[in-house]
Amino acid sequence: MQLTILFFGQLTDITGTDTILLDAVADTAGVKEVLHAKYPALANSTYAIAVNKKIVSVNTLLTPNCMVALMPPFSGG
Amino acid sequence: MNKDITYERYQRQIILKEFGTAGQQKLLQAKVLVIGAGGLGCSALQYLTAAGIGAIGIVDDDVVSLSNLHRQVLYSVADIGESKALKAAEKLQQLNPEIIIIAYNERLTTKNALTIIDRYDIIIDCTDNFTSRYLINDACILMDKPFVFAAVSQFEGQVAVFNYKNNDGTAAVNYRDLFPQPPKEGEVLNCAAAGVLGVLPGIIGTMQANETIKLLTGIGKPLINVLLSFNALNNQLYELLLVANPATALLIPKSAAEFELMNYDLQCSTLNRTFEIEVAVFNDLLATSKIDIIDVRESDELPFIQEFKYTQIPLSQFEETILIIENETVVLFCKSGSRSLQAAQLLFDKMGESKKIYSLKGGIISWLNNYQNNQK
Repeated sequence: MQLTILFFGQLTDITGTDTILLDAVADTAGVKEVLHAKYPALANSTYAIAVNKKIVSVNTLLTPNCMVALMPPFSGG
Repeated sequence: MNKDITYERYQRQIILKEFGTAGQQKLLQAKVLVIGAGGLGCSALQYLTAAGIGAIGIVDDDVVSLSNLHRQVLYSVADIGESKALKAAEKLQQLNPEIIIIAYNERLTTKNALTIIDRYDIIIDCTDNFTSRYLINDACILMDKPFVFAAVSQFEGQVAVFNYKNNDGTAAVNYRDLFPQPPKEGEVLNCAAAGVLGVLPGIIGTMQANETIKLLTGIGKPLINVLLSFNALNNQLYELLLVANPATALLIPKSAAEFELMNYDLQCSTLNRTFEIEVAVFNDLLATSKIDIIDVRESDELPFIQEFKYTQIPLSQFEETILIIENETVVLFCKSGSRSLQAAQLLFDKMGESKKIYSLKGGIISWLNNYQNNQK
């Protein structure tokens, strides 16, 4: 059971990739913890989290094989 | 207005059965405000003008520069140094003399935003900075106006329709439901710093025009409560469903008077955000011995510190002093942390991102308290 994590915008400058697979963790807080350990600069970045294409604003339980997206704000126009 | 000429101009879209003369009539009666006449604005404006939006307002206080021309396709070399709002209005009026185009050659502020926004049905956010984006978001909520948001970064773009009241009873979402607070200054790079593929705002701005036309005519499925992200490198589209977050409502001013008092520049500034570090963090840095420490108190101020080495440059002399900073990281302190924060801003203005600049939160008083407690 693995989670697919997607990174958008300048977050990919930190991660070096737009997709990684992660061993299953229980919830979105767990995902953040794992990712911040793996990519420390992420902890200082602003991003919204979506679980299966739906933005979540509180810690959310994950189902097996779900897709978690990290979307940062863009400023350019 | 000559009706036959008008029909001929819009004939190719009027013959679409979903659109028809009724759709064209709706566009001709609509008033749309485009804020920002840069990359997104140039493309959105051209299609909205061509489509026959009855009245279009253009807000921008910037002037055309050479580095704009690779993506801001309304302008030419001869326009360099000229007002974007005025030049855009002039060119768009040539494209479609049958509609009303109003240029606002000014910056959108808490003083003028509500008055300008009030005159229009739909607002289009084509700005290039977070100060304007949060200001527009809050103003549109206050004035009950839907707005079509977009932003770009390098090869990617975002589009969404915010604050649109759906008939199905779902709460309208806004930008703060996605990002409640602006990011720290410097954290998210703009086009000037990060770069942008010229064609990208062309695509994304055209999407904004498309969403606006769909909203006005009632055809199709606009991106209501959906954030669409587009990647120009691999053509991937990704839709995120947005949900209203009750907590964000508290961040939005409740009245015009409250809105006028908001400081959107400060919300987006670095003060109190990136410079301040806690005593514990300072101690960690101290342990590395790889930092420069500057005391910005005046030379006769107590307490005198012997526990670590530092340079003294009083805040009063800070600007004219030539600083030599050896390490990557510099920590400023004063008695309580407020002057050192000012000094951090001054230093940042001088040195930018070349050094990591910190201000000791709570000042040397906090540090001494902590130090003495640890000695017990």
